[in-house]
Amino acid sequence: MAEFLSLHDAVARYVEDGATVAMEGFTHLIPFAAGHEVIRQRKRDLTLIRMTPDLVYDQLIGAGCARKLIFSWGGNPGVGSLHRLRDAVEKGWPHKVEIFEHSHAAMACAFEAGAAGLPLAVLRGYVGSELPSVNDQIKFIECPFTGERLAAVPSVRPDVSLVHAQKADRKGNVLVEGIIGVQKEAILAAGKSIVTVEEVVDDLGASPNACVIPGWAIDAIAVAEKGAYPSYAHGYYPRDNRFYKEWDAIARDRDTFQTWLDENVHNAGGQAQ
Amino acid sequence: MSNEYTSSEMMTVTAAKALENGMTCFVGIGLPSEAANLARLTHAPDVVLIYESGTLQTKPDVLPLSIGDGELCESALTTVSVPEMFRYWLQGGKIDVGFLGTAQIDRYCNLNTTLIGDYQSPKVRLPGGGGAPEIATCAGEIFITLKHSKRTFVNDVDFITTLGFGRDGRARDGVPNIGRGPTRVISDLCVMKPDPETKELVVVSLHPGVTRDDVIEATGWEVRFAEQLETTPTPDARELEVLRDLKARTERKHAGEA
Repeated sequence: MAEFLSLHDAVARYVEDGATVAMEGFTHLIPFAAGHEVIRQRKRDLTLIRMTPDLVYDQLIGAGCARKLIFSWGGNPGVGSLHRLRDAVEKGWPHKVEIFEHSHAAMACAFEAGAAGLPLAVLRGYVGSELPSVNDQIKFIECPFTGERLAAVPSVRPDVSLVHAQKADRKGNVLVEGIIGVQKEAILAAGKSIVTVEEVVDDLGASPNACVIPGWAIDAIAVAEKGAYPSYAHGYYPRDNRFYKEWDAIARDRDTFQTWLDENVHNAGGQAQ
Repeated sequence: MSNEYTSSEMMTVTAAKALENGMTCFVGIGLPSEAANLARLTHAPDVVLIYESGTLQTKPDVLPLSIGDGELCESALTTVSVPEMFRYWLQGGKIDVGFLGTAQIDRYCNLNTTLIGDYQSPKVRLPGGGGAPEIATCAGEIFITLKHSKRTFVNDVDFITTLGFGRDGRARDGVPNIGRGPTRVISDLCVMKPDPETKELVVVSLHPGVTRDDVIEATGWEVRFAEQLETTPTPDARELEVLRDLKARTERKHAGEA
């Protein structure tokens, strides 16, 4: 049953050094507040999983939280590179990060397989791509019925998943609206889960087929107003495209990044405490 | 309005014309998205645009900066989860054409968006595959659009992120349940198509004012030209007006957001 905690307490309780962590949200509802709390608590040696690392993992990697990264598209959408990710991969700063690189289709299937309790995902994927030659997590199997060669990847089973959503009701049931990405899969695939929400309401007002995650399938709920900023929360606030562009200059330089991190994360206190 | 146009506009308008009304198109971000939306706003009002964020049949008023902008969701017929998008709609065979950009392309239409140099110690790390590896094999056919230069049109890509026709042009042969692959490449200089036999890219149409030498100088292999080399039609006034309006709206929107 979901327990209402402060974001500080939820992260302190469920995110351990060395854990495998998924923070999901496909461009939308990216859990920045939760990511910043992980940075503030100086978690280390995490295996980070996200289809699109985005700025949130650029920040976590630059802050030294990550040991491994499992991903499928590592750019700043519409802008260019993730410079902290590149610096870690190309130059090993602040330390080397091992990468396991997939396609979106494979990652999406791997999250779904994780939610379904399966050890692997099967897809018609990676045909002719050289990604299998650099990622030993990509294998091929033969369909036992047709003989077709299909790709197989391990399912995603994070120790803990963190996602952001619009709202929870007082029993901890969560409504996700708009681009729903793989958030539901991330929660259901994980050993423990933390959901940050914009607000807690009496009634979710959800239509019968809405994406509702029951409170009994979630471990912790934390209120984090604007918790997805500078990404967006459908119905609450838009994506700050200008910040995404500004991030390019902030992240390009190690010192500028450190200053930004100190001012906006380490010394920012955490809006949701 | 003047009918003068830039080479970028020429590329976008030509890429847009590749899309036919009623096609279902899985759209990559950037140049493909610009071209696909121009098609929808001009000759192909019923083209179905699908983005990997799960937005099905979307009609954005401004071009998205990211693949998951709210605009895409708000103007979509419906929005599905990302696993559903890739499993049911793409892998399930519901997509006529995938429209992709790339950092590098080679003579056999293989695409590299992973890195320049060696994988273990890259010179330049690029974002990676995203949706492209499976779009390229599961969609019925593939259109590719990118600017022409020796850095982008290379003899051999450093890494095959996304399959064109493989290092020897034969990689799709005998593979079951695979799309036709790339059928045209639209650059700011010309239109290229794979040779039906060898699959090597051949220039089939030069944009107005572009010479063979321009293309040869901007291509990293000994590029071939079709016997019946055509001249690409120039953009008309309406196409240019719609494109410029779309880009101006987009710039205003993205600049104004705080």
